Amino acid sequence: MLDVVLPILIFASLALALLGAIRRIRLWRQGRPSPVSVLGGLAAMPRRYLVDLHDVVARDKVFANTHVATGGGFVAAAVLLILVHGFQFESRLLSWALLAATAVMFAGALRVAARRKNPPARLSRGPWMRLPKSLFAFASGVFLVTLPTAGVLPASFGGWALAAVLTLIVAWGISEMFLGMTWGGPMKHAFAGALHLAFHRRPERFGGGRSTGLKPIDLKDATAPLGVGKPADFTWNQLLGFDACVQCGRCEAMCPAFAAGQPLNPKKLIQDMVVGLAGGTDAAYAGSPYPGKPIGEHGGDAHSPIVLREGRALVDADTLWSCTTCRACVEECPMMIEHVDAIVDMRRFLTMEHGNTPNKGREVLENLATTDNPGGFDPASRMNWAADLDLPLMAKRGTADVLLWMGDGAFDMRNQRTLRALVKVLRAAQVDFAVLGNEELDSGDVARRLGDEATFQTLAVRNAATLAKYRFREIVTCDPHSFHVLKNEYPAFGASYAVTHHSTFISKLMEKGRLALGEWTGGRVTYHDPCYLGRYNGEYEAPRNALKGIGIKVVEMERSGFRSRCCGGGGGAPITDIPGKRRIPDMRMEEINSTKADIVAVGCPQCTAMLEGVVGPRPEVLDIAELVAAQLVAAPAPARGADKRVQVERAVEVVA
Amino acid sequence: MQRDGNGNAATEPSLKVAALVSVGRHPVTGRARRAEYDARAVEIGLSLAKGGDLSLVHAGASSPETEAALRGYLGMGPGAVDVLQQPEGSDVVPALESWLRAAGPRVVLCGARGETGEGSGLVPFILAERLGWSLVSGLAEIESVDRDTMTVLQALPRGQRRRLKVRLPAVVTVDAAAQPARQSAFGPAQRGELHRVASEVVPDAAAREWTVAPARKRPKRLKIVKAASARDRFKAAAAKAEGSGGQVLTGVSAQQGAEAILKLLREEGVLR
Ligand code: SF4
Ligand code: SF4
Repeated sequence: MLDVVLPILIFASLALALLGAIRRIRLWRQGRPSPVSVLGGLAAMPRRYLVDLHDVVARDKVFANTHVATGGGFVAAAVLLILVHGFQFESRLLSWALLAATAVMFAGALRVAARRKNPPARLSRGPWMRLPKSLFAFASGVFLVTLPTAGVLPASFGGWALAAVLTLIVAWGISEMFLGMTWGGPMKHAFAGALHLAFHRRPERFGGGRSTGLKPIDLKDATAPLGVGKPADFTWNQLLGFDACVQCGRCEAMCPAFAAGQPLNPKKLIQDMVVGLAGGTDAAYAGSPYPGKPIGEHGGDAHSPIVLREGRALVDADTLWSCTTCRACVEECPMMIEHVDAIVDMRRFLTMEHGNTPNKGREVLENLATTDNPGGFDPASRMNWAADLDLPLMAKRGTADVLLWMGDGAFDMRNQRTLRALVKVLRAAQVDFAVLGNEELDSGDVARRLGDEATFQTLAVRNAATLAKYRFREIVTCDPHSFHVLKNEYPAFGASYAVTHHSTFISKLMEKGRLALGEWTGGRVTYHDPCYLGRYNGEYEAPRNALKGIGIKVVEMERSGFRSRCCGGGGGAPITDIPGKRRIPDMRMEEINSTKADIVAVGCPQCTAMLEGVVGPRPEVLDIAELVAAQLVAAPAPARGADKRVQVERAVEVVA
Repeated sequence: MQRDGNGNAATEPSLKVAALVSVGRHPVTGRARRAEYDARAVEIGLSLAKGGDLSLVHAGASSPETEAALRGYLGMGPGAVDVLQQPEGSDVVPALESWLRAAGPRVVLCGARGETGEGSGLVPFILAERLGWSLVSGLAEIESVDRDTMTVLQALPRGQRRRLKVRLPAVVTVDAAAQPARQSAFGPAQRGELHRVASEVVPDAAAREWTVAPARKRPKRLKIVKAASARDRFKAAAAKAEGSGGQVLTGVSAQQGAEAILKLLREEGVLR
């Protein structure tokens, strides 16, 4: 009897799954076009899955093994099931292989079940709680019906009653595993996830690459929507990406805004986008809500507004404005979903269509448009901080080895100290550098992350035109935000330069022996990784090397390196200032305090400002440039042929 | 009442409102932008004409720069600005007057002070005079609009407010007392239309005599405080400056009023 029922069951469910897949694909195709290489993507997919995705999953060793056993066991079992019971291939070997696969899967399912016993808050419940049972049903059902084909039991074993029971168990398993994959259910992540990996909007991220710059909007194209106002305004592969979410909550556990009680939870946001693409409400969501916002009050569909000016739709504006664009969620997401892209896309619509950037947003954006800096300072006063330093100006020199990009910190009294320290270091190392002076404009970082792509592009184009006038080997800056924008976002506007963060530059100077440094005698030092240097640009080592170069042994925080927690200063978050239960810099300072450090070394004007804004007692906040400058021994580089080096580099510059 | 008039919009035709907008100039960089007070006038216009019958008009010379500045108003929501083509050195009042006569708004809003050109001068006053419409300066808020009148709050120095009943049509000027203008959004600013309208050109004879210089902050009159103790000094600093010696003239003839003003100006040393 089983050999009649099973093929029918298998092929009927495969056919239904196919129908579901077509329906799901049509949902994704509601999005805007996005060019991808279909065959190339599909060909690259297994590698992306096995290497890139598993690299992220493997940060949780236990669960990685669980997933390999369950997922690998299932894929093998599914293929063999179709061969052995669907097509009824009579092969002992295949049957035994199927038994093995289901056994492995069963073992994996045991671990899944164990994890679900007392699930951490970041995991979603709801349908996910039944998943281990469904896995058991599939693995054990298929195992049992395969015993006769493998010759372990006689074909007639147990009679029709047992066969009926087994059929039901297998049917349960198959419907979760096959139908759930395309009709929606926990297993959807496998189907959508595989395609998401194949058609990812940032294929550069695979194979150890990095792609963090925001994508420009073509403002000249009057038909292109200004950001995302309704789910269908996302590109189709963004929608596909949302659908791939496994609700593992790793993003939620990392999100500083969520931890601070601001109304944002990256996991919920992605799930809301899934609600948006399929239509409905968030009532079925079974994970942590946005802090302070009950579940079940929001909903929408692909062609309705995501945010309403007044009233509730899919998401509230303050959710989108809570994000610091720290990328902790993206870094942690095993499905490689791009939360920050989505958030900025939606912010673009709020700013450029609604004209509704909260709190100081309007003022900052107006200042950027009229004075080229967010503070509204007189652009002719950009160089006032260096009135006594006699800095060489590019306008006069035309060429230099290094272009020192000052950033808007030039207007900020605290950051001016950092800039002065950096100048001191550069001079001590006899670096040939110059500044743009008053020709420099804001890089556009804040405008872009507040969704004002128009102002960003204006600034980018004007800065690019200024840079094109001069010749230099590299740009050095002490502002990771300028660094990121210049390095990763300006190339789209025709400005491709070698850009270096000052910590990297200083550590290279140290390697070359260009700095005469005294020994560190200060206290304990910890280092706070800026998001825009670390996660955005992968630079974790250079700042630590620079500190090591002056004899500092960094006491690491629990969250450091790629898991560093944001200071709360990115993405215009201090400008939009969405209230939460706590402040993000306070939380970060607690982590700093728990290292018992006397000094926290930073490498970013925003981090400096945010961390110094925390009430004491707290460690002193000092930029790497300040720490290094303080260790400079009076005489300039004691020059084992340092002069020669300078000349050699000049020669390089002339050729370039 | 027009402002909650969603329900009776069908019976009552929506209120026709016009706003005069000029090209502003950023105080620090001198870049063309939407003028601060004109933008506030548009803001009031938008909340007044919820039904959508707000029209914007600008009279002046066209250049890419001025057009970009005018788009700043479009970014607040209105769909179009009528741009009356007026070459440099022409008197904008006749052109605005005939435009207003043709458009027939019930309320005309404009900034109390422009940032360039003659928007900072007597334009609203002359317009009101020529049209025979009421004029209110320093508007803080429009409370309600009826068929022939509206009730407004006028801003007086030191945060005081005066409630006025104004016969319509009326010209009102708006300054810092009114609510700030909303953000200007890029999308609507780009999509909005600048309708170039040909209009009569009258050379401005008077203006030819003038020299124009950027405005500077007026020096503040020093308060001389003779106080013995810190407490007195604090009280003097915190006290609102009592306008001493002023007088309110009511029911006097124009001649008497003018004489009183002249006398004060001489006393203050403004006229010598
Ligand atoms: S978005 Fe990524 S990290 Fe967050 S719950 Fe979904 S799969 Fe997990
Ligand atoms: S970028 Fe940072 S703040 Fe924004 S959602 Fe992700 S983790 Fe949260």
